[in-house]
Amino acid sequence: MSETRPITATRTGRAAISARNISRDFEAGQETIRVLHGIDLDVCPGELTYLVGESGSGKTTLISIMCGILWPTEGSVEVFGTDIYGLTDDDLVDFRLQNIGFIFQQYNLIPAIDAASNAAVPLIAQGMDRRKARAKAAEMLDALNIADQADKLPNQLSGGQQQRVAIARALVHEPRLVVCDEPTAALDAKSGRRVMDLLRDVALAEDRSVIIVTHDNRIFDLADRILVLEDGRITHDGTDVPDDH
Amino acid sequence: MNWIAIRMLTGDAQKFYGLLFGIAFSTLLITQQLTVFVNLIERGASGVYNEPTADVWVMDEVSRTTDVNFPMPSTALDSVRGVEGVEWAVPHLRANASVRTREGDLEGVTVIGVDDATLIGLPARMAEGSADVLSQPDTVIIDDVGVGNLFEAGQSPIGVRLELNDQRAVIRGVADAIPSFTSQVSLYTKYSQALQYVPGTRNRLSFILVSAADGITPQQLADRIQADTGLRARTRDQFARDGVDFIIENTGIPINFGITVVLGFIVGVAIVGLTFSLFIRDNIKQFGALKAIGVRNGKIRGMVATQAGMVGLIGYALGLLGTVGFIWGNSGSAFFKGFYIPWEVPLISLVAMIVIITITGWLALRGVMKTEPAAVFR
Repeated sequence: MSETRPITATRTGRAAISARNISRDFEAGQETIRVLHGIDLDVCPGELTYLVGESGSGKTTLISIMCGILWPTEGSVEVFGTDIYGLTDDDLVDFRLQNIGFIFQQYNLIPAIDAASNAAVPLIAQGMDRRKARAKAAEMLDALNIADQADKLPNQLSGGQQQRVAIARALVHEPRLVVCDEPTAALDAKSGRRVMDLLRDVALAEDRSVIIVTHDNRIFDLADRILVLEDGRITHDGTDVPDDH
Repeated sequence: MNWIAIRMLTGDAQKFYGLLFGIAFSTLLITQQLTVFVNLIERGASGVYNEPTADVWVMDEVSRTTDVNFPMPSTALDSVRGVEGVEWAVPHLRANASVRTREGDLEGVTVIGVDDATLIGLPARMAEGSADVLSQPDTVIIDDVGVGNLFEAGQSPIGVRLELNDQRAVIRGVADAIPSFTSQVSLYTKYSQALQYVPGTRNRLSFILVSAADGITPQQLADRIQADTGLRARTRDQFARDGVDFIIENTGIPINFGITVVLGFIVGVAIVGLTFSLFIRDNIKQFGALKAIGVRNGKIRGMVATQAGMVGLIGYALGLLGTVGFIWGNSGSAFFKGFYIPWEVPLISLVAMIVIITITGWLALRGVMKTEPAAVFR
């Protein structure tokens, strides 16, 4: 059964992400709306963690703060021991580039470059030679069983293939944290489970973590840990989902 | 990342070509109009350019250009010849007259009388015939633009008899000359013959063409002539500039061409700004994703600058090529004869393009910079 009151989702031992007292306000005209209310949360290495909740519950805001792309109004976030909001803007950007991989719901692939080049973007951004980066990205596409699609543009790929290119892009630079936003939303059940299996196989390791924002109940059984967010507060922390979700 | 930026730009062919068109069209408009403007006002100095040998032009003090002149008494020639530093000085006459062709057409012409003995005052090159024909009676040499004005295409003017101010004139040569600002027909003849053609007044000497002796500069000689004779003396460059300035000051041409150039600039900003903004807006998600992934703002700026620079450079080159093509394609036309693109014109249009690209790039970049990386999760 789920908790109806907020809980503290902290863990003992070394955490991949350690968020403390996270609050976030948004301005809506004259009004200030608080969407996260003092969340404490640890994410452990080697875990596939789901963040679930209704639309507007604050899960996208929370994941954005946890991966360093949205400043919290209050609180601090440590990712693998680094206080990311204590970094300068450029250092934070560099930190994301080195340590975090992103999989977006809409994939956000660049339409004008082929699959291998799309997957190589983080390496190119790190300064790697384009040919070398592309070759390494092609290896990742091979691991994801779409090596034969490497030269195709995104609009020549199916939704599932585009999703794999997005996964390859998130993993090609071997980040320690992978953040996924609704990775299976556009996929049928079978493809969705295949993607999750892939993520578990490729992205998870002892020193790595994967956080997934989802409300796709078809894949809930694949999670190591499920956090439920309601009205900006964590109300459940367990290996399954509460019955009312 | 710049490679990615270029691929993003060229990947959307419609917008890419739209941007190129905007820049190219704007460059073409600015460069072509400025070129026509510069060449047109330089026609105000064609009378000077067509006479290659004189270092100094001497005239009545009220004369302003080769076409706006007040005649001097013939004794002025002797006064000038008496000035120290003058190597030679010859009379030069320029006056308006009317000509009636055998077909009955009426045309206003400029009669140009050149020195009888030396033929100084004639253009350097002949398009047809020889300058020596002026030794024959009643001979005139017509300028090549005049041939186009007075004769049908392909019709030879050589040997054609004209009625020039009620006197007989026979065309026996064609001079290769820069047309005047009004493209009026010019008829060259000997000074003594010109005096016969032009209605008589007591003073008919328009100019005295002077060459400076060794050891004196044209400017020094002009100053000396002016001081000694009280006549106005201008060096070749000064008098050419006077002709240009006269056109600028006394016609609406600079304003009209200026308006067109400004319109070209505005059209450039509008087309390029709109298209580039649309292009950036279409790619805002990709830029947001790049920012989230870890691409610094500096690199994003570099990407947008690369995109803007690339369309700017190619568009500018196309526009410039269009202008060259336009001038080259019309080089056979009398109006465009001798037209060239002064180096300052491409430079001005390049600066205009840089301003357009900077403005539109900056506007587009604002949108990208405003995009929070977190927007990719929304």
